[in-house]
Amino acid sequence: MNIAFHKHTLANGLDVLLHEDRSCPIVAVNLWYHVGSKNEVPGRTGFAHLFEHLMFEGSQHHDTGYFPPIQGAGGTLNGSTNADRTNYWEVVPSNALELALWMESDRMGFLLPALTEAKFSNQRDVVLNERRQNYENRPYGLAPMAMLAALFPGDHPYHWTTIGEIADLHAARIEDVRAFFSTYYHPANASLAIAGDIDPEQTLALVRAYFEELPPGPHVARLSVPTPALTREQRLVLEDRVELPRLHLAWLSPAMFAPFDAELDLAADILANGKTSRLYRRLVYDQRLATDVSAAQNSRELTGFLQVAATAAPGHTLAELERIIVEEIARLAAEGPTEDEIERCRVQAEAQFIFRLQNVGGFGGKSDQLNAYNTFTGDPAYFMEDLARYQRVTAGSLQEAVQRYLTTPHRVVLSVVPRGRVVLGMPDSSPAQVS
Amino acid sequence: MSVNRQQLPVPGAARPLSFPSIHKTTLANGLGVWTVRHANIPVVTLALLVRGGAAQDGSGHEGLSALTIDMLDEGSGDRSAIDMHEALARVGAQLDSDIGADAAVLTVTALARFAQPALSLLADITVRPSLRPADVERVRQLRLHRLTQLRDVPGAVADRAFLRLLYGSHPYGHTPLGSEASLAALTPEAVVACHQRMLRPSESTLIVVGDCSHDEIVKLAADAFGDWSSAGRGGEVPMPEALVPPRLNIVPRAGAPQSELRIGQIGVPRNIPDYHALVAANMVLGGQFVSRINLKLREERGLTYGARTSFDFRRLPGPFSLQVSVQTSGTVEAIRESLHEIEAIRGSRPVTREELELGVAALTHGYARSFETAEQVARALTNIALYDLPDDYFVRFVPLVSAVTPGEVTRVMEKYLHPDRLTTLIVGDEAAIARDLDGLSLGAPNILSADTF
Repeated sequence: MNIAFHKHTLANGLDVLLHEDRSCPIVAVNLWYHVGSKNEVPGRTGFAHLFEHLMFEGSQHHDTGYFPPIQGAGGTLNGSTNADRTNYWEVVPSNALELALWMESDRMGFLLPALTEAKFSNQRDVVLNERRQNYENRPYGLAPMAMLAALFPGDHPYHWTTIGEIADLHAARIEDVRAFFSTYYHPANASLAIAGDIDPEQTLALVRAYFEELPPGPHVARLSVPTPALTREQRLVLEDRVELPRLHLAWLSPAMFAPFDAELDLAADILANGKTSRLYRRLVYDQRLATDVSAAQNSRELTGFLQVAATAAPGHTLAELERIIVEEIARLAAEGPTEDEIERCRVQAEAQFIFRLQNVGGFGGKSDQLNAYNTFTGDPAYFMEDLARYQRVTAGSLQEAVQRYLTTPHRVVLSVVPRGRVVLGMPDSSPAQVS
Repeated sequence: MSVNRQQLPVPGAARPLSFPSIHKTTLANGLGVWTVRHANIPVVTLALLVRGGAAQDGSGHEGLSALTIDMLDEGSGDRSAIDMHEALARVGAQLDSDIGADAAVLTVTALARFAQPALSLLADITVRPSLRPADVERVRQLRLHRLTQLRDVPGAVADRAFLRLLYGSHPYGHTPLGSEASLAALTPEAVVACHQRMLRPSESTLIVVGDCSHDEIVKLAADAFGDWSSAGRGGEVPMPEALVPPRLNIVPRAGAPQSELRIGQIGVPRNIPDYHALVAANMVLGGQFVSRINLKLREERGLTYGARTSFDFRRLPGPFSLQVSVQTSGTVEAIRESLHEIEAIRGSRPVTREELELGVAALTHGYARSFETAEQVARALTNIALYDLPDDYFVRFVPLVSAVTPGEVTRVMEKYLHPDRLTTLIVGDEAAIARDLDGLSLGAPNILSADTF
């Protein structure tokens, strides 16, 4: 299995990736800008995401909402921002491909003439409500802020979350929008993938017609920020409106696609994902100390972090959970995974990669994958290599990754506890500051 | 070619979608086996639809059906839950279970070359679960903990309290999870009895979508499900009565930055002739981003991240509800505007031809998107099986929705939405909003405590 494609780079630097799949009469248009919250500066956190919202509010030649034309054509559209990139996509019936290209090119080339204070302040209010809904008013919702702030120093671009700080969202100005657009939103910092019911040659001609006239824009230097190693254990406690205390343990880990990234991804599965995992079996199934446990290797462009989280069952303490989590990590480091576990991981990786081929568009569909590989590795064909690096994982390499990254005491220990019950946190924790 | 930026391009004719044709066989034990060929990726989706769901829990046993469904993958024969999941993992299969008021669906998606073991695992899970008392006890505890945690999730609190307000003690008056009190009373014997009553081949349909032949699947299904028999009998669910709940209700959540709102009433069943008119009408009212209510509350007022309305079409009348989370200071304004929009679409500001065309176009032109993956096709087929829709339903959908007129939208909105019967529920900071609620003229708010729903 693979995602066959043609790649063209236009004179203005825009990468164009075309993938033909005629099985359903729909087309996915997917556009990545290589900018995310890591390109923000302290004092203006949350800005890349706020900016994304403005991209749906109109451009010079279509100065009303972006939803009606696409939805009226039978399409769906959305966008998202994370630390490393911002994406925009439409999935439309194949007869509406040109409409989607018209609109994407208009906001790439002509957003600012349509920008107004009213739109800006409205979308700031919407984002503040998004923040209330998904972070402030949600149990454990502020934990990521506390965790990132502890893992990365104040001037590191992963110190803050993509949603940003409330004060910074209030401080944002319309001039910031203009500067941000001029710096990051142009063809040379973008990658356009089109997948589905298309004729690649005609599609390329359409893309050229709509995008080639846009000026390339200034070169965006890749961030190269070193991540200082953790030099101690930090213990933090956060009070929240929750019933049961939850423990988060995190270590710094390799960047996306770097050596040991795949090993740690699979180690997270073996440790804590699904009923077959070691920690589920011990904490939830056998000893019933926890109500849930999970783990993830969060690999990003500059670096990564691996986090294990578990919620204490009533009557049990976070210290009990911590002891067993550390024990199981130590056992994996000392003995490595079983051959059975490795074999299971390989089959599951293959299945997951193939399941990902089922959609042409949307978050995680084929067009999104082509752009991810193109943006982060420069090679849209990286799909096969990505799968291969999982297939290459051995018991030995996985064991080595765990030894290297997860057995150090230099980590962050975050307890989230019911309000007024700081005593339920891990001993010696200091209050986490979140805003 | 040159482009014209002064005008949006108008799409030409769409390439027609060929709808999946369904091949059907009924096994000797009554199990329906439906297959659809969907061959672009070597993946197969198996969906087992079981008619009967949380509405059959029985009074005092709320949560029983969902607990039973949750128990199915906890072991079969002498295999433990862990063994079952190891077997699934070895073939890269993904198992999901989903239960609603009227039905449960177990879905397994797997690589096509593992269709046979995946089917046989699905049969073991469905037909031959161990249901050991110790496992029931463990899973019941986990579900109780989940309920405990949901006390702090405003959306979950709102959903539970709202169903209770609308339906009272009717079987639609609870979510599948049940309550802490009812879960505490469930026994392993009750789970075994529920399994017998609920999971019966005569009430089930196995839907298989992928690159596979119908005859082959029927043969595999007969091997795997052949000794499954229908022993028990499910109960009938009575028609819900139209209760008259208090107009305004609050579940207090001190200091909450947002109010989670539900506004609605008992709606209509799935098999109503006005179904397509209601679907189109809801698109304009609150069923899509560019609906009246979302544009008003989000894009005009900035009070929320998003608002939506929906008719939950069930076998019997399900709820109509508006769901939105708004900043605390905007609670009263959001309620007033929402009630106003519901009132307006009934006649004082009827839908325009343009609004309706946009809503209908989104449904009809976008229909192809619902048939891209094997899982989507399988899900579409579960609706056909559950609501007894005709086999050519997919072909009929677009013409039926396209035929809806603005006059019909006004008629169905007037007929099925009754502003004087709408109930509003707020999960939010009572102290911060109490003073302003008088302005709504909905009467004194009824304060709900968490143990009443």
